[in-house]
Amino acid sequence: MSETIIDKPASRQGTVDTWQPVCRLEEIVPETGVGVRLAQRQVALFRTRDDRLFALDNHDPFSHANVLARGLLGSVAGRRVVASPLYKQHFCLETGECIEDAEVRLQVFPVRLAGDRVEIAASPVRHG
Amino acid sequence: MNKQQLLLIGHGMVGQRFLEALVARDGLSRFDVTVLCGESRPAYDRVGLTRYFTERDADALSLTPSGFMEAHGITLKLDTRVSGIDRQARTVTTETGERLGYDRLVLATGSYPFVPPIDGNDRAGCFVYRTLEDLDAIIQAAEGARVGAVIGGGLLGLEAAKALHDLGLETHVVEFAPRLMAVQVDEMGGALLREKIEALGVTVHAGTGTQAITDGEQHRHRMVFGDRHLETDVIIFSAGIRPQDTLARACELTVGERGGVMIDDHCVTSDPAIQAIGEVALWSERVFGLVAPGYQMAECAADHLCGQGESGFQGADMSTKLKLMGVDVASIGDAHGSTPGSRSAVFLDQSAGVYKKAVVSACGKKLLGAVLVGDASDYGDLLQLCLNSIDLPGDPAALVAPAGAGAPLLGADALPDSAQICSCNNVSKGALCQAIDAGCTSVADLKSDTRAATTCGGCATLVKQVLDSELAKRGLEVNNHLCEHFAYSRQALYHLVRVEGIDSFDALLERYGEGDGCDLCKPTVASIFASCWNQYVLTPELAGLQDTNDYFLANMQRDGTYSVVPRVPGGEITPDKLITIGQVAKKYDLYTKITGGQRVDLFGARVDQLPAIWSELVAAGFESGHAYGKAMRTVKSCVGSTWCRYGVQDSVAMAIRLEERYRGLRSPHKIKLGVSGCTRECAEAQSKDIGVIATEKGWNLYVCGNGGMRPRHAELFASDLDDDQLLRTIDRFLMFYIRTADRLQRTSVWRESLEGGLEYLREVILDDSLGLADELEAQMAHIVDTYQCEWKTTLQDEEKLKRFRHFINDATPDNELAYVREREQRRPAYPHERIELVES
Repeated sequence: MSETIIDKPASRQGTVDTWQPVCRLEEIVPETGVGVRLAQRQVALFRTRDDRLFALDNHDPFSHANVLARGLLGSVAGRRVVASPLYKQHFCLETGECIEDAEVRLQVFPVRLAGDRVEIAASPVRHG
Repeated sequence: MNKQQLLLIGHGMVGQRFLEALVARDGLSRFDVTVLCGESRPAYDRVGLTRYFTERDADALSLTPSGFMEAHGITLKLDTRVSGIDRQARTVTTETGERLGYDRLVLATGSYPFVPPIDGNDRAGCFVYRTLEDLDAIIQAAEGARVGAVIGGGLLGLEAAKALHDLGLETHVVEFAPRLMAVQVDEMGGALLREKIEALGVTVHAGTGTQAITDGEQHRHRMVFGDRHLETDVIIFSAGIRPQDTLARACELTVGERGGVMIDDHCVTSDPAIQAIGEVALWSERVFGLVAPGYQMAECAADHLCGQGESGFQGADMSTKLKLMGVDVASIGDAHGSTPGSRSAVFLDQSAGVYKKAVVSACGKKLLGAVLVGDASDYGDLLQLCLNSIDLPGDPAALVAPAGAGAPLLGADALPDSAQICSCNNVSKGALCQAIDAGCTSVADLKSDTRAATTCGGCATLVKQVLDSELAKRGLEVNNHLCEHFAYSRQALYHLVRVEGIDSFDALLERYGEGDGCDLCKPTVASIFASCWNQYVLTPELAGLQDTNDYFLANMQRDGTYSVVPRVPGGEITPDKLITIGQVAKKYDLYTKITGGQRVDLFGARVDQLPAIWSELVAAGFESGHAYGKAMRTVKSCVGSTWCRYGVQDSVAMAIRLEERYRGLRSPHKIKLGVSGCTRECAEAQSKDIGVIATEKGWNLYVCGNGGMRPRHAELFASDLDDDQLLRTIDRFLMFYIRTADRLQRTSVWRESLEGGLEYLREVILDDSLGLADELEAQMAHIVDTYQCEWKTTLQDEEKLKRFRHFINDATPDNELAYVREREQRRPAYPHERIELVES
């Protein structure tokens, strides 16, 4: 694993202040997610089968439960998504957008790999 | 406007159709309708009467939608026999003396079975075959009887013979004519039919007249045929029908020489205020003893009453296709070749048991009639060629040549829009196309929208063909692809996985899919792998495919915590185990509820608590209940002969045996079973995917029932099985379902989608028509042999246990859970309560 993958909009916007190490990459089974505690927030961190990393709100706006880290990963029309384990809405991993309801959007967090450590920035990326 | 009084005498199939036709034409705004029905129940499916012997469920035969009469303000008087009609006064008098006035009267009194004038024909133990009451009497008489005989080898007579055969009697058919089904089938066809029916163990006495019925020596009756005789315990007369025209004769309506109330094209009798429809009516010197012409008359009569559609009744096609004791028989048009100049093309294969005859016009261009015995699959095509006078595509001999020898299959496309596809309900191809335009995309849609294929079902294949071809034309071919990543149905993927031995999602995706997969295909593929290879579901390759419930081996509830259901096989539990469950629930403050499947559900376990809870449960001898999986869930049972004074078998022991055999079996959807210890059916097994009900001799097996959203009674699949036969049959059934069902398709819906219906399922499972039985059993044996308790395995693996935490970087649990205590237990707070909780 030599390449460092960072969510692109994050690096472009440069709002990243504090990178916080959360776990080692190998602790996340490929194509699954884990929950992360980030200061006052809950974040869902995903590792795809091609070892890309994504971090979004863990809070599911439809069920109000903190469960998105336990959703199934997939793709819808080419966009990587996570499906809520409760009511099955899909959220775009890159933008946090809900595929079924354009008005709903999750916050997306910058994430990077530093060596074998996964780091997340506490300030969410702002889209649009 | 004052409404006119409309009286309908008779509430059989045709009577009910008449009411529906009246409703469809808004006739209820013109008429106050009262129905006088001599039977004790509203209209039922007399064509399907024989089903009653196997299903014993009168409600299943009902043709009257519940609430129909109330919804349309129709008065239905059951058990009300009419004793007379006064045409002058326009009144009808019932046997109880009630007098009802009418402006319009419709006779739908049907027919009565003809009982030949034989000495002794009124002896006790002699029956006819027309009403449910007749069938109840036959069932009762068959208990303790050994031999049964049917007088009459026509269509109904053979139905009755099947019933006697199914009741376990040595069965005889006595037919006066030299062959069976003399009206519909020619000599060669009749001979083959006889051969096939005798092979099933029914003795046929053709060309035999019964002269008298007297006391028997070995059995109740002796039927005397000249110098020969036959002794039997039960006799059923099925020698044809006669129009039930007594009322019409008494009030001097014009009737035919051989019975039947004379009607014109609008079903009007010699009295303009009175119409007659169905088997009581005589149109153009003919009485129609089939339901389809009766339905057409019902529609025409309603047209006339409502001042619509002046075309009227135009006669009806008498072609029929049916399955008699498993033998396909069909007859079309001029089956006997009695049209002058007609010629026949005949095919006979005695070893395969197939006979086909096509009757062709003198010019050789038109099909006039046909007879099919043993294989009636060409019925739909031949009927269309005949009814629509379509020019024959080639050599007439090709019509009867065995399939594969270049027989021209008439595609649905070749039919004109006017082609009548369903003759029972008079549905044309044009009507089907309209329904498809209006959004129907399945045979089930078409059935409910147009009623096509809902009566005899003979046209089901053709309806499907029209549907497929029309959908394809509209570019709407319904695809059954699993999702955007796999252009295959679940069934096709299952096959690929099994045949190619694929056991990883990546390999399957690489070979047969594209993209990354999704929440539809991943769990489906995981389930297919489990059904085929039965590996531990949380291996690294499989874990990412599992839905959260399978991933954490528990059921996620609305606040993101889980519920825990230990297996309680058959619902039998020791006090000690029950105490353990109580102690665990108390320790973790779990909301506790008894499930419908006779187990205990413990709610509110956080993901990080699951391993500790299960350690305690496993230590006490519990196993995973698989409540979280699309898998075999529970086997519900009544206490059976263990304690119950009525129980005839040990239903609890059988339930435990079944539950331990099929535990952990992954399937397209959840599977529930039930075992009852006697016919009182306290385990409600008939609402399960698989229901087992004890009999004196063993077990009756019911399949494809469902409670839930779309309740469906399970159907009797096999009777009086011993333990091993029962298990073997269920093994095959379950594996066949797992192989062929769609994603998330319960057995009930799967069963309805099977084109050949229950009969096909019986052929595959019981008769092994596809040669699959050994394979299905071997596959089930593999699943049974490789069972493991997923929780036990998980608890032994430190790596796996690391997953059971809410945060990967913090050992604390989810800090945003909020609960309210209600009825002495806790439940998740609703959003408005959360706000209050946070604020206080």
